[in-house]
Amino acid sequence: MASLRVYVIRRVLVAIPMIFILLGIVFFIMRVVGDPVSAILGGHAPQEQIERIKEQLGLNKPILFQFFDYLGQLLRGDLGRSLIWGQRPVISEIWDHFPATLELSICAFLVSILVGIFTGIIAATNFGRFFDHAFRLYGIITYGLFIPWIGIMLQLIFGVYLGVLPIGGRIGTLMEPETITGLYVLDSLLTLNMESFISAIRHLILPSLTLGIYLSGIYTRLTRTHLIEVLNKDFIKSAWARGLPKRTVIFKHALKNAFIPILTMMGLQFALLLVGAVLTEITFSWPGMGTLLFERITYRDFTTVQGIIVFFALIVITVSLLVDVIYAYIDPRIRY
Amino acid sequence: MKNLLTIQDLRVYYYLREGAVRAVDGVSFFMKRGETVGLVGESGSGKSTLGLSILKLVSSPGKIVSGKILFNGNDIAGWNEKKMRLLRGSRISMVFQDPMTSLNPLMRIEEHLVETIRTHQKIPKAEAKKKASLLLNEVGIPPERGGDYPHQFSGGMRQRIGIALAIALNPDLLIADEFTSSLDVIVQFQILNLMKKLKASHQMGLIFISHDISLVSEIADRIALMYAGQIVEFAPADIFFSEPLHPYSEGLLNSVPNIELSDQKLNYIPGMPPDLVRPPDGCRFYPRCPYGEDICRRKEPPLVQIEKEHMVKCFRYDGKKSRT
Repeated sequence: MASLRVYVIRRVLVAIPMIFILLGIVFFIMRVVGDPVSAILGGHAPQEQIERIKEQLGLNKPILFQFFDYLGQLLRGDLGRSLIWGQRPVISEIWDHFPATLELSICAFLVSILVGIFTGIIAATNFGRFFDHAFRLYGIITYGLFIPWIGIMLQLIFGVYLGVLPIGGRIGTLMEPETITGLYVLDSLLTLNMESFISAIRHLILPSLTLGIYLSGIYTRLTRTHLIEVLNKDFIKSAWARGLPKRTVIFKHALKNAFIPILTMMGLQFALLLVGAVLTEITFSWPGMGTLLFERITYRDFTTVQGIIVFFALIVITVSLLVDVIYAYIDPRIRY
Repeated sequence: MKNLLTIQDLRVYYYLREGAVRAVDGVSFFMKRGETVGLVGESGSGKSTLGLSILKLVSSPGKIVSGKILFNGNDIAGWNEKKMRLLRGSRISMVFQDPMTSLNPLMRIEEHLVETIRTHQKIPKAEAKKKASLLLNEVGIPPERGGDYPHQFSGGMRQRIGIALAIALNPDLLIADEFTSSLDVIVQFQILNLMKKLKASHQMGLIFISHDISLVSEIADRIALMYAGQIVEFAPADIFFSEPLHPYSEGLLNSVPNIELSDQKLNYIPGMPPDLVRPPDGCRFYPRCPYGEDICRRKEPPLVQIEKEHMVKCFRYDGKKSRT
């Protein structure tokens, strides 16, 4: 286990330059795509006003100085201020919207993993038979679908035709539970507010299904492929030959080995989960980071957009770090 | 003495799109308690399939079509999965060819052993652990290495672990499928000697599946020689090596190089084994046989009993040892 600790420490150290490179990329790209000053003032402002705003935003300094100023700000946890609407700090905008995205992402992630792995196991253990073909088709089709289309179809079926589930929003009007974690499902449970809890769950179902189904296809195919491969390995034959029960052979021996590539995929898919969340949120008017990002791009609110991208990027790096650590924990052969 | 294992007219086919591959086609042989049968044949002769079918582990599209597998007097060919599972690993166990891949890479060695023991014996974990270290010790692995993972061992050591797993529950029969083939020669002999020792101390029957006839001669009491899904000669080992009867046995023994002779021409049997989807009508060895006659082409030869425990599938022997 000592080698695992060394591995984790090394992996964390590697993440640090990654973060700086990433911040650099985001920073410089944001300087290239447009001029924040004209975004604030419009195209026809007098020169001295432009100079004043530049001074105020620090845009008159050389670009490298600006970058280091920006890094300094970040280290203090300051993402700057929004360019519109009372110039709220970007970080508080993010904290207001992040719990909604987190709640949706967790549920969608669970849906995709559960559906994907379950269908994958059934396909692999029925190799070449009906369920195998059916779930392979499922895997290919869902992967090729467009999120807003899945969303609209679900809205039509369950919201409009059947009328059983709400088609947008996070919770019923005036039902928001007292904020503890910001996750409505959790907060309403913690405050024993059953009415809010049910409403929050009902609002979560369609968006989570939309994003979850979209992401599940790749897990179906991945689980199937790797489980079939592992099931043909000698150590599985050997496990059967030792008289181990089917349950043990499939879940303990085969699935655990097949799980390693699935875990890698989870790490890779995480960025896709966030992108998907943006599209899903827009489709379902879900008040999260995606909706915020979409709205602020249309208003050319540079600092907020940059803040959200940095925030997303940091999450992706943290998650990939976490995945690598879990990976090493499961597979003793991995100690770089 | 009662037979430990008797196989009667066993047929195992693989059903492919091109037709049924008759991998094992009417095989019969027997072995007594504590004996070693060397199951010899070239690749594709059906020897591995035969080994797997004794455990009823032939995987789809393979199927046991007919025949009897009498183990300790019970015909297990008709047993269901539930009953077979209790037999596997406890009464009949198996060692596989490639030690590099036959252990779960994510499990510690000790866990492999403990899991196997506790599947068949309801004993506390601590006790199973104690048994595991005794077993490791018995096969020559320092017990303190039980906490290591498979990739931390060499091929020879992994095969020792594979053997420890196979003998964990004192089986009556051990099937070893080419279990030394992927090891280098020195390690091969070490493992073979270990196996001899364990066989004696555990009084196990052993089916030693191999293509290497000289290796088999080191350990076998009886030889079953397979060709194209059938046993062509079944004989006590000493008789087989001194007086091989079947033309294939003869050719095979002639093709073993002898290092004591210098300047030796390498002998081999010309031709290829037949297609097992559409095997020839007559003797399957006929196209390669130096003594082939007209009848061999038209009719399948019966398994002729030469002596009480010596059988050969050839028209040249008509119930007597002399050549007709």
